[in-house]
Amino acid sequence: MTAMSTAKRHVISILMENESGALSRVAGLFSARGYNIESLTVAPTEDRSLSRLTLVTSGSNEIIEQIMKQLHKLIDVVKLMDLNEYPHIEREMMMVKVDTQKAGAHERVKHVSDIFRARIIDVGEKTYTVEATGSHDKLDAFLKVLGGELRIIEVVRSGSMGIARGSASLNL
Amino acid sequence: MELTGAEIFVECLKAEGVDTIFGYPGGAVLFIYDALYKAAEDLNHILVRHEQGAVHAAEGYAKSTNRPGVVLVTSGPGATNAVTGIADAYMDSVPLVVFTGQVNRDLIGNDAFQEVDIVGISRPCVKHNFLVTDIRDLATTIKKAFYIASTGRPGPVLVDIPKDITQMRCEFSYPDSIAIRSYNPTVKGNRRQIRRAIDLMLEAQRPMLYTGGGVILSGAAEALTTLTRRLGFPITNTLMGLGGYPATDPQFVGMLGMHGTFEANNAMHNSDLVIAIGARFDDRVTGNIEKFCPYAKVIHVDIDPASISKNVKVDVPIVGDVKGVLTDMLAELDERGTSPDPANTADWWQQINEWRKTDCLHYEQDDTGIRAQYVVEKLWEITGGDAYVCSDVGQHQMWAAQFYRFDKPNRWINSGGLGTMGFGLPAAMGVQIAHPKETVACITGDGSIQMCIQELGTCMQYQLPVKIISLNNGYLGMVRQWQEFFYQKRYAMSYMEALPDFVKLAEAYGHVGMRIDKPADVEGALREAMAMKNRLVFMDFITKREGNVYPMVPAGAGQNEMILV
Repeated sequence: MTAMSTAKRHVISILMENESGALSRVAGLFSARGYNIESLTVAPTEDRSLSRLTLVTSGSNEIIEQIMKQLHKLIDVVKLMDLNEYPHIEREMMMVKVDTQKAGAHERVKHVSDIFRARIIDVGEKTYTVEATGSHDKLDAFLKVLGGELRIIEVVRSGSMGIARGSASLNL
Repeated sequence: MELTGAEIFVECLKAEGVDTIFGYPGGAVLFIYDALYKAAEDLNHILVRHEQGAVHAAEGYAKSTNRPGVVLVTSGPGATNAVTGIADAYMDSVPLVVFTGQVNRDLIGNDAFQEVDIVGISRPCVKHNFLVTDIRDLATTIKKAFYIASTGRPGPVLVDIPKDITQMRCEFSYPDSIAIRSYNPTVKGNRRQIRRAIDLMLEAQRPMLYTGGGVILSGAAEALTTLTRRLGFPITNTLMGLGGYPATDPQFVGMLGMHGTFEANNAMHNSDLVIAIGARFDDRVTGNIEKFCPYAKVIHVDIDPASISKNVKVDVPIVGDVKGVLTDMLAELDERGTSPDPANTADWWQQINEWRKTDCLHYEQDDTGIRAQYVVEKLWEITGGDAYVCSDVGQHQMWAAQFYRFDKPNRWINSGGLGTMGFGLPAAMGVQIAHPKETVACITGDGSIQMCIQELGTCMQYQLPVKIISLNNGYLGMVRQWQEFFYQKRYAMSYMEALPDFVKLAEAYGHVGMRIDKPADVEGALREAMAMKNRLVFMDFITKREGNVYPMVPAGAGQNEMILV
């Protein structure tokens, strides 16, 4: 037995049959085998018979290898790809509702949003709602800066989506 | 041709070559039962007494024939009662197609009478499952179910059919073949890896063949025997793999694992090349994984890629059907015109023969009380080693595995992975139905037999002459053994108070009952029972109360750290 490598964050892309119950097979696999899910995002692709799922998990190389094999074993999974093996782009979308009653709050939100290339998408009497897109880390940083001075009321994150750079791709 | 859903169901089964269905009727499957009534000449339906029995019977049928077993139960409790059997089949990779009735589609989700989400409940213990939502998909779904259940690593597939679908009509045609874009099991082993494996085998000094249930499922016993003899290596079988190689052959060193032989476990521990074939490095085999096979390179042949490097890091992985891979290995040896030099393994065999002298399965049968081991050995002698032996779970299961020496595959039918008490009797029914002329024995204990004892009724209805060998020690023996070893003899709830009179019980069902409590009577009783070809005989052997299964690898120990007696 070789020593287990250390746990690392992995982004796994999955193409699966767009059928009822397919998503619960993936989610059930993770809970049954004790793998963790950091985020999971799913929607149909340009081919309506297929769903594309991006799953962020973490584990040693051995665990990730098992996760890939167990996912592949699910009958509804058509293809999958560990994006960590390729140069890839990761994006997540977030909507943040911020309390703007504090003096200077409006300017602060606008300023921080400019720096992070976020957009204000709703202006309320006492709140601003901001939309931000970026890597997981960038959104974490954005939240940290924004929350440093202002009260954050609500956060909605999509979970990460990923795609490989260049000609590497996950399709039929 | 336009047919009802129920008629389509029947036609699909006929097209799949199904001859037997194990089942139990109920509201949601009444249209199907009505169609079966009209098709009784083509499809034999066996009415069990509890749905768990139906699934185990189908497992017995499948394990003894390598053909998928078929189950039909109703919705709600019918479906939930089948879950234990389904989980059992999943753990032991048994090909099954289980049909469950479901409430009408417009009632699904309404908490309707006898409604359960069986697709959700069974999801973690099936290879795949389906809910049929459109009658036009019914035939294709059934085709897919049989295809998935019986290809790749076999397993149970569940098809949930709402009642209204069985009543409505639709044009019927059964697909000749099916392709599923997301399911293409690798069957052929990689040539380069097979060459690497052969390279290692030719050089090995202390090789060990370690083979499991995959050999049986793949129908590879003959190929395995040919290859093993050509290699000249020692071979051990897992509990599920017994019969994959003739147990009476000198190259066979016995079963390995927790209650395996001293020689098999020590040989594994000291091996420099472990060749795992259709086995999955289960914890009952490896013992403490940190101490497992410290000196060995590992070759692993398995049809399921997820089994490879799951528990033990593998040096040469070969994904493929066992039979094909073994045949390719033989072809590779032929092509090279070579075989391993027996001189390479001469010292190794000498060492193994030293370990064999320990005689780890030794026991004494004196006249103070019947030893369970003795009963199994006599059964082996009297049946010429050629019976189908089904087992329940516990001490008797281990004694059966140790002392009934299986020379042929598909003869040893037991619940290995899930360890389901109650498996034995219904499994034996399934085996007897598949092999009406053969001797089918059910080795059981006073605990296990009571878990599905209602199936004595089924055996009577269909005149199934199963021979029940009850090794009755008045304890839940394996639990008691662990309590003796590891819980300072605090026998919490392992004592079976108020055992029934099994002889009267058998007679109440219309069978023959025998009670045997003297060692001198064992052989005669077995012969007498075996001579009753057309009767089920319940032989209640009153055995020594506190017999233990030896040898044993205690939990947390390595394979070389066995308790001998």
